[in-house]
Amino acid sequence: MTERTIDAPHPNPETTRYWAAANERKLLLKRCEACGQPHFYPRALCPFCFSDRTAWQESSGRGTIYSFSVMRRAAVPYVLSYVTLAEGPTIMTNIVDCDPDAVRIGQPVRVVFKTSDSGQLVPMFTLDRT
Amino acid sequence: MSRTSKAYIVGAFEHPTRKADDKSLAQLHAEVAKGALEDAGLTKDDVDGYFCAGDVAGWDARGAGPFSIIDYMGLSLRYLDTTESWGSAYVVHVAHAMEAIAAGKCTVALITLAGRPRAEGMATGTVAAAESLTAAETQFEHPHAPTVALLYGMCAMRHMHQYGTTSEQLAWIKVAASHHAQHNPHAMLRDVVTVEEVLASPMIADPLHRLDCCVISDGGGALVVAAPEIAKSLKRPLVRVIGTGYAPKHQRGGRIDLTYSGAVWSGPAAFAEAGVTPTDVKYASIYDSFTITVLMTLEDLGFCAKGDGGKFVSDGNLISGVGKLPFNTDGGGLCNNHPSNRGGMTKVIEAVRQLRGEAHPKVQVPNCDLALAHGTGGALGSRHGSATLILERE
Repeated sequence: MTERTIDAPHPNPETTRYWAAANERKLLLKRCEACGQPHFYPRALCPFCFSDRTAWQESSGRGTIYSFSVMRRAAVPYVLSYVTLAEGPTIMTNIVDCDPDAVRIGQPVRVVFKTSDSGQLVPMFTLDRT
Repeated sequence: MSRTSKAYIVGAFEHPTRKADDKSLAQLHAEVAKGALEDAGLTKDDVDGYFCAGDVAGWDARGAGPFSIIDYMGLSLRYLDTTESWGSAYVVHVAHAMEAIAAGKCTVALITLAGRPRAEGMATGTVAAAESLTAAETQFEHPHAPTVALLYGMCAMRHMHQYGTTSEQLAWIKVAASHHAQHNPHAMLRDVVTVEEVLASPMIADPLHRLDCCVISDGGGALVVAAPEIAKSLKRPLVRVIGTGYAPKHQRGGRIDLTYSGAVWSGPAAFAEAGVTPTDVKYASIYDSFTITVLMTLEDLGFCAKGDGGKFVSDGNLISGVGKLPFNTDGGGLCNNHPSNRGGMTKVIEAVRQLRGEAHPKVQVPNCDLALAHGTGGALGSRHGSATLILERE
């Protein structure tokens, strides 16, 4: 199956570490050292307590599908999803390398990395059958 | 509870066009402004406050922005509000106009909306929007191609999973809108459709079919809000703004819950200010970008319990003359009009028609003295603003 072309993300000074880690096939999120809460997408300031003591944390890359939809009008249908990570936060992503019709809410998924049009790797998820 | 006379909607006009190949964006704004002022029995010279959002001609003119359209229309103002909250903006503008009038900042407020996405061939819901260069979330979302239809599809999928809502139930919303649109000569889609026809239409973004999605149309609309002494000097029925509420909702740092909208906050605020409850409402204009938008909004506004929206909308309950809550009697965004991809303006206009008794006779709600208009701007599945108005005929 032909894959969808992935528009490259544009990192900024707040996120260069995240995207460098993605190129090493690691999914990072942020945890606040003041209130202890994890969040996503990652910010310099905690969106819960506004502390600036936020630290990068590597995700297990495991999660479950919170919701999804399939774009049928695209040249290659693709799955947009919110995946709830084992660490807590729910993140926007794609479910890839599977039949879109096989995707269900609640299914376990694991992170994979796909190459965008700049060469930057982007974290996505696939059904975890292990 | 505040039920004092602060401001009245005295003028309302919906542009009859649905495809504006032969008109410019500025022209559309001016034509709807003229239409609403004539409807009110006022002139351009009476306007001292103007309210517009990002659809306005000249929004992208560096150093000019809204001044561009003010210049084009030749307005002389002492008050300007450019609150941009996308499709909900014009509902918010009515609230802000009421507040500005009550504060003595202006006496006649003009609100305009216009757009020509159809003439421009825009694929509104099925192609991801242009990438923002500054929005913090873009780099984490844009690579995943989150089109508008997908973001609403995810809400519908979760609602089905959590509450057992069905595609048949969602289809009833479109069926009701189509029953109303058959009487609107300007509506883009005037054919009455059945639940089966909605389900048989092509899948766009699971579980949303083509007929679960609103139209893409050109045109626009305008409203005139005036101070009580001016409203009472005009020859139009008195439509008073008695309750307003506005609230944004977002992803909460990853604590995402797709089962509700910002209407859980905007609705109670508006009802409290008006001193009424959902059961008092005779007619409701509910933003209908997609069928799921209506279902979730009805729950969030308190017309039924959370999770019961599917049952509430079924069996024609939203059809005027048939069900308990007549909605979108112009055909709504699903069948009539969704100018500039922003539905808030037409929601207020049809509520005004109902309160005046000027809706089409086939859909006019008898003795319609209390109406609600609700707008949603942005995307239900990521970030949006919800705005609620409660209007009373005096």
